[in-house]
Amino acid sequence: MADAPAAGRPGRALPPVRPEFERDEALEELPAAVQRPLRLRERLSGSEPFRLTVLLVALALGWQVYGLWLNNPLLVPTLGETLEAFWASVLSGVLPLRTWTSLRVLLLGYAAGVGLATVMTVLAITTRTGRDLLQLLTSMLAPLPAIALLPLALLWFGLGEPSTMFVLIHSVLWPLALNTYSGFRSVSETLRMAGQTIGVSGLRFVLKILIPAAFPSILTGLKISWAFSWRSLIAAELVFGVSAGSGGLGWFIFENRNQLEIAQVFAGLITVILIGLLVEGLVFRTVERRTVRRWGMQRA
Amino acid sequence: MSTVTALPTAAAPLLPPPLLSVDGVTLRYTTPEHVVTATQRVDFQVHAGDRFVLLGPSGCGKSTLLKAVAGFLDPVEGEIRLDGRPIRRPGPERVMVFQEFDQLLPWKTVAQNIVFALTENGVARREATDKARHALDTVGLARFADVYPHMLSGGMKQRVAIARAMALEPRILLMDEPFAALDALTRRKMQEELLALWEDVGFTVLFVTHSIEEAIVVGSRILVLSPHPGRVRAELNAHHLDHAASGGEAFHALSRRIHRLLFGEPAAAPRRLAHG
Repeated sequence: MADAPAAGRPGRALPPVRPEFERDEALEELPAAVQRPLRLRERLSGSEPFRLTVLLVALALGWQVYGLWLNNPLLVPTLGETLEAFWASVLSGVLPLRTWTSLRVLLLGYAAGVGLATVMTVLAITTRTGRDLLQLLTSMLAPLPAIALLPLALLWFGLGEPSTMFVLIHSVLWPLALNTYSGFRSVSETLRMAGQTIGVSGLRFVLKILIPAAFPSILTGLKISWAFSWRSLIAAELVFGVSAGSGGLGWFIFENRNQLEIAQVFAGLITVILIGLLVEGLVFRTVERRTVRRWGMQRA
Repeated sequence: MSTVTALPTAAAPLLPPPLLSVDGVTLRYTTPEHVVTATQRVDFQVHAGDRFVLLGPSGCGKSTLLKAVAGFLDPVEGEIRLDGRPIRRPGPERVMVFQEFDQLLPWKTVAQNIVFALTENGVARREATDKARHALDTVGLARFADVYPHMLSGGMKQRVAIARAMALEPRILLMDEPFAALDALTRRKMQEELLALWEDVGFTVLFVTHSIEEAIVVGSRILVLSPHPGRVRAELNAHHLDHAASGGEAFHALSRRIHRLLFGEPAAAPRRLAHG
């Protein structure tokens, strides 16, 4: 083999034959120069919360500057005015009360929707009729905006919580069921067979193999339907207004707009945003970090 | 066709009852367009302690055959029996190790993967933990017990899968081209490790491969299958050959023989116009 160049065609330039060598030093252990800790700058630019905070501060500054430049508190109050109104409403206890009213209904509706979605998905993976039903219902009802159901809900359940619940369940059920079901379907054949060959079957197979394997999709479904339910809730409250003496955040926004308290309207909107950020940042991020990221099923 | 060498039936009366017997098994599966016959009336017997290899080109139904032994599909004709009992469904006494790396549960650590497999089969938690540690020791991965599978290399994932399968102490270990997705160096190392493990523990393994070299090195007995549909072409002995023998004449002779059985002409021989 070492004489291989001889096989070359005549007149063709061949690579030179170079001396061989071996290095025993390459086997020695090196001092710990192979890895070094990240510097502060590298650490900060790698931290997502840090980057998001910087972005948020920039947006807030932009708002404040624009508000000052526009100088029309009836259209866009400045960030300062909004925060003042926010703080005043918090202190007077109105905003916490409204928030609590909204959150309570939201959590009830969300829980009911999740429960129903679970039932539908279990039906869909265990029976063919269930599967067809889920596919048909999701494609029919998922595009239907919750607000479009409000007039009907009012007719059936009257003004108040039952109507809101109905609308909430509608906005949670379909996206969650659809995501969960497609998550189950995308569990790899190898993983299914691996589960079966080590002796897992029946309900335990669903609980111990399918659900964790489909968890990234389930989590996405939970996040989407959380956002959908917030939107539907605020919309419903704007329409229903006050019921049984205590309105929610939607009502707070509507009421203040009628009284041209625009800073208060912004305070209400900010509350909705804050709760959304809080739930996303604390609840969903934590769940993600402890599950799908840790398991390598989703990139960090 | 069957005029080749010593007839296997001549020695049959002396044999103990086989561990696994596959009798006249025809397997079919449906694709959206066709019904495909994967194997046609295949017979073979695996005895305790065998390293039995199913070898053949793609399309010979060797993987389908292994899946049938695992219990993932039923024969349309014939029967597969383990210890005399027909196989109905997948189960831990016939654990299968797959080619794909995603056979470990990603939400469990390496050790938890093994413990889970054991506790699901009624082993007490404490005992399962001990067994898992021991199994990881035997494949040299004790240091990685608390790591999640996605942090392991392909070879390490396969070692964990083998450790998990061995921990279940199956009657027969089924391996579907377990090293095919590995690089050549790792593959060779894993083959040696499997043989060393077999020397130590003395399990029975049914191993599918499309590599003649791997069949000779890993196998003690080789079932050569012809393609479209899979039929038994030959059953050969390779218990005397391993990596150490791979440069030798016996190894090459067997390799050429298998090559001729599969493709009709010897591998090393120069091309001829016709033979006869």
